[in-house]
Amino acid sequence: MSVFKVDGVELTGVRAGTGAPLLMLHGAGGPRSILAAAERLSKSFSVMAPTHPGFADCADVDRFDTIDDLAYLYLDLLDELKLTDVTVMGFSLGGWITAEMAVKSTARIGRIILVDAVGVKFGGRDSTELADLFSIPPSEMPKLTYFDQKFAPDPSTFTDRDKLNAQRSFQAFARYAWEPYLHNPKLKQRLHRIDKPALLIWGEHDKIVDVDYGRKFCAAIPGARMVVLPGVGHVPQVEAADKFDALVADFVNGRAIAAE
Amino acid sequence: MKFYHFSETPYPILPDLDTLAGLRVDLPNSYYDPVKGADLFHERLDEWCLCDELGINIMLNEHHQTPTCVVPNIVVTASALARQTKNVRILELGNPIANRRDPVRVAEETAMVDVLSRGRLECGFVRGVPMEIAPSNNNPTQSQSRFWEAHDLIKKAWTTHDGPFRWEGKYFNYRAVNIWPRTYQQPHPPIWITTSTLDNATEIGRHGYVCATFLVGSEKAKQIFDAYRIGYRESFGRDPAPDRFAYLGFSHVADSDEAAREPAKKLLWYMEAGKQAPQWNAPPGYMPAEIMVQLMGAPRTAGFRKLDVDFQIGFGNFFTGNPDTVAQQIRKFHDDVGGIGNLLLMGHSGHMTHAETTSHLKLFARDVVPQVRGLSLPQTKAAE
Repeated sequence: MSVFKVDGVELTGVRAGTGAPLLMLHGAGGPRSILAAAERLSKSFSVMAPTHPGFADCADVDRFDTIDDLAYLYLDLLDELKLTDVTVMGFSLGGWITAEMAVKSTARIGRIILVDAVGVKFGGRDSTELADLFSIPPSEMPKLTYFDQKFAPDPSTFTDRDKLNAQRSFQAFARYAWEPYLHNPKLKQRLHRIDKPALLIWGEHDKIVDVDYGRKFCAAIPGARMVVLPGVGHVPQVEAADKFDALVADFVNGRAIAAE
Repeated sequence: MKFYHFSETPYPILPDLDTLAGLRVDLPNSYYDPVKGADLFHERLDEWCLCDELGINIMLNEHHQTPTCVVPNIVVTASALARQTKNVRILELGNPIANRRDPVRVAEETAMVDVLSRGRLECGFVRGVPMEIAPSNNNPTQSQSRFWEAHDLIKKAWTTHDGPFRWEGKYFNYRAVNIWPRTYQQPHPPIWITTSTLDNATEIGRHGYVCATFLVGSEKAKQIFDAYRIGYRESFGRDPAPDRFAYLGFSHVADSDEAAREPAKKLLWYMEAGKQAPQWNAPPGYMPAEIMVQLMGAPRTAGFRKLDVDFQIGFGNFFTGNPDTVAQQIRKFHDDVGGIGNLLLMGHSGHMTHAETTSHLKLFARDVVPQVRGLSLPQTKAAE
């Protein structure tokens, strides 16, 4: 069911709560891994968590096949809703969308939060700093995603709908991020344009995009700060929910954060 | 009916296949001995040259990063044979145009092979099997639409004689396309496209191209050809001639059914060697999500991979035995699929020897072809 409508595109997702506006952008696995966080945060914020076109139960949009398409879509969504001082929080691939939005325009953005984000290339041509999820057996993905495997969803509980949504998300991931893999070669040189406060939240044991990468990302954004959460993999919002929620609230409300 | 001889040109000199995780994409080429590899290339090319003397047409293909087919560019084998043969058709099945980065170059290469062979090229276009995605690195979610844009561009490059023309497509951009040489055949070489799905078959039918399907069994082949007929009738207002259909199966002919059996088993190496890691076999978006979910729920146990000659004969994938037996199998297959004009026969694979293959080819040409060449005539007149 459509929750957002912008540029003639209907988006599924979550819109809940009241308070300061918080746009949450899910990662390559689809909205599943941020749904619980969206629900928790909706007690304090006006949460908007659209599902990107092509992912899970959100219809494909034929003319969309780059992360830029999504960045402009969500900038247009903020225009459409006439919101200001919005906190944009992106997870993994959603962090890439967030950064692409922020280098284009922060007119309606108050601050950004990047959670185990991707989208930039810092290294050389002979390797990737990001785990190539298209080159490993799908069965290996939970091992890279979660530090504590008890958080990994149990495939035996998946409904047919869950399986279809997961497969659609995997395909949409490829559609947007196949090549160059999970990054825009131009993004690094544009990050200096981000002129609003930025917080990076990273899992200490992230095996998809590690802490060193996060530190380089942080250093490339003027004034950005970074918090590394111990005992956490790629999904802090799942593996350290309480700490994560507190960090988000403190940052949005301008309270002190014990950043690196 | 026309007959084509095919080998994937494998490099089978490998450790026990059970000890290898997969033969596609990631098997290091340290297993390849180029000295032995040269011998194998020449054996295969000699077999195709023999075909030229015997009146059996030639079918070629290409794959990448695999010992199952060590021809990474179909143009190389086609060029050699365009020069060395004189008589028979040379079928490239095919050019993986969804994966080739430069379609204009494909148009140029195929035009040159057509000229060099004095108009003997049959030009197949294929999307490429899923494990071809990683070597080419093209986005698997776009391979179908890239295929058709590449097709449109190649056809325009072949048929434009007052060039140059400009192309600004979704995937390809050129400011001045103007190929030299132009094709020998007019308006262009016959086009073939492979498929294993009904939807694609209908689309191929709309274009009137030759529709080829591989090793799907006679039952599925009939469904595919029937789907083709729907599209063909839409575009041309009549039923397609049987020469619009092609099927690939295995074949080994010997003096007796018994003598054919052991060599025939060697051809099944092709199926055995299909093993590969799941990430290469199922790149995201190559198939619709709904189909992927179905496949994950029910692993493929159908006949295609079953390593049993008798089973494969019954399934419609194998034509083997003495010449009369094989002629009878071909007649049955022809009738089962509702008429077919082109039979593509894998007459070499795996560890089959050069002597076994040449013996098969000679018997096939001498004792099988005369019995069945009259099936499914006449042929389509105009090039489509």
